[in-house]
Amino acid sequence: MRKVLLMGNPNVGKSVVFSRLTGVNVISSNYPGTTVEFSKGYMRVGNEKVEVIDVPGTYSLDPNSKAEEIAVNILKDSIVSQNGIVVNIVDATNLERNLNLTLQLLKENIPVIVDLNFWDETKHLGISIDVGELERILNVPVVPTCAVTGEGIKGLVDRLLEAKAMAYEYQEGEKWHEIGKIIDRVQKVSHRHHTFLERLADASIRPLTGVPIALGVVYIAFKLIRSIGEGLIGYVLEPIFEKLWAPLMMKLSSILGSGGFIHDILIGKIFEGKIDFRQSFGILTTGIFVPFAAVLPYVFAFYLVLSFFEDSGYLPRLGVLADKMMHQVGLHGLGIISMMLGLGCNVPGVLATRVMETRRERFISATLLAIAVPCMAQIAMIVGLVGKYGTKALMFVFGTLFLVWLTIGILMNRLLKGESPEIFVEIPPYRIPYFGALVRKLWMRVKGFLKEAVPFVLLGVFIVNILYSFKIIDFLGKLTGPVIKSLLGLPSGAVAALLVGFLRKDVAVGMLVPLGLTLKQLVIASVVLAMYFPCVASFAVLVKELGVRDMIKSAAIMIFSTLLVGGALNLIL
Amino acid sequence: MVKDLTQMKAGEKGRVVDIQGGWGLLRKMDALGIRPGTEVVKISSQLMRGPIIIKVGNTQVAIGFGMARRIIVE
Repeated sequence: MRKVLLMGNPNVGKSVVFSRLTGVNVISSNYPGTTVEFSKGYMRVGNEKVEVIDVPGTYSLDPNSKAEEIAVNILKDSIVSQNGIVVNIVDATNLERNLNLTLQLLKENIPVIVDLNFWDETKHLGISIDVGELERILNVPVVPTCAVTGEGIKGLVDRLLEAKAMAYEYQEGEKWHEIGKIIDRVQKVSHRHHTFLERLADASIRPLTGVPIALGVVYIAFKLIRSIGEGLIGYVLEPIFEKLWAPLMMKLSSILGSGGFIHDILIGKIFEGKIDFRQSFGILTTGIFVPFAAVLPYVFAFYLVLSFFEDSGYLPRLGVLADKMMHQVGLHGLGIISMMLGLGCNVPGVLATRVMETRRERFISATLLAIAVPCMAQIAMIVGLVGKYGTKALMFVFGTLFLVWLTIGILMNRLLKGESPEIFVEIPPYRIPYFGALVRKLWMRVKGFLKEAVPFVLLGVFIVNILYSFKIIDFLGKLTGPVIKSLLGLPSGAVAALLVGFLRKDVAVGMLVPLGLTLKQLVIASVVLAMYFPCVASFAVLVKELGVRDMIKSAAIMIFSTLLVGGALNLIL
Repeated sequence: MVKDLTQMKAGEKGRVVDIQGGWGLLRKMDALGIRPGTEVVKISSQLMRGPIIIKVGNTQVAIGFGMARRIIVE
């Protein structure tokens, strides 16, 4: 099958074009390096079915990071197998810089067609590009598009097969000179006043105004996530479960004879003739309640806010402002983006480390993510459990995790060989998020969460029941009692939570509810559950990204630091 | 007058005359269109030797302090 490779600089909208061409939704955002893995989809060109590949962004064909390496390898494979077409997506507002890759691609033995994306923005910026002239010079088709709205995409598809290989000749050393000549002939820039967004852009990146803005923005973001999450739980989902689901489950309970093995697995314990969705621990009660009512509202709220930030272009600016702090832990400013993604779910967080240049940075950020960045599912459960004791208690849990993050980061930065490179990144312009794209992205992520989480939560609750009914927990509790009890100050039943935490952290936190812990024990257990080991999904992706040897190193750091921090908390509190 | 990026003031314009570094640094800069002859405008710098932000063409680029010191402009 013929392959269409979408290639271009980072952050030129390749993923949006991909979604338009194939109807397959992929995550796209307004910062360089959103796509670190390639996605595939299919489309029709005439009567032919072709494969479309969304290639990670690259500035040139000499790779500088793992993501760029992936891009170049896809291109090489396609040249060898002689069945590819490159759609070179170019940011029309940045023609000069983008042409660097274009000229490199035109030298390869593969047909190329150029897509001038962000065409609508050139007008606001006072840039006019003579498309016909550019097409004559480059000797390949050039099609202007605005991918978010879909304008011009049809024209691109219509002319796909006109793509030509080795269409433009130039001397390698003369490349920039050549680009300069092209720009002089096709592009005119007229003067204009600064827009409001540009002035905001400048203010948000100057230290004097930028830092207060950043603190304000982050504060509002968390406030917003908590109110949306709590609001949805309190006013929508809990009432639905209490008024509609609970009576149904009570009926089922009486049909099942109000007790016995099957009843306990499906419904769980009944408290004073009622189902307690947080404590009953049946598959159909707590197993459904945890993902849909306790966690989903927070996941939804978090991704709503995150998607807005991603598309607006604020994240790289936050990275620049946080650069100094991130250097303390051996990363540069952009490392903060993988940490933010990790707060949603560690899996995409770890994948995002691929844009980093060195193995050292990837190891540090993956380890920090696994130890001290709890995912939203876990955060939601902790907020539900510890939040009852007030915001101070919550701040203590997350403050402790932040200190752990900082301390372990500083230690790794001091002890690991090598240095971390400095920040060097394009800051995208602010864009007002496009509503349709935002909703699609949010829906994809929420759907992704439900698909990945619900089966594991149900399995987790099932296993909890098995562990208890066969007295395995009693046995393990006796075995691990000395560590759990004397070191961490937790009841031996907490070992069950640690065991299930490997499957799903949210279920594990939920298992603390029936244990009747004191506030001190709750705090310790929350911190320990966040730190001790990643859940199975994160574990799999960590092994894939780090390799077995580094994963063992990373796991050793996790377990050791958990015992240290948990023990210390037990002594201090 | 010749100086490096860190010594420029916000809003100041300049033309890159030299990038003092190995092939790796040159290649990295080249990818974002920064090379001898490029016109740049300094946008801002962060406190305590934080990153420098410049405008190249229509793009803003953040550059670490150490790297910025090796880019000489006039």
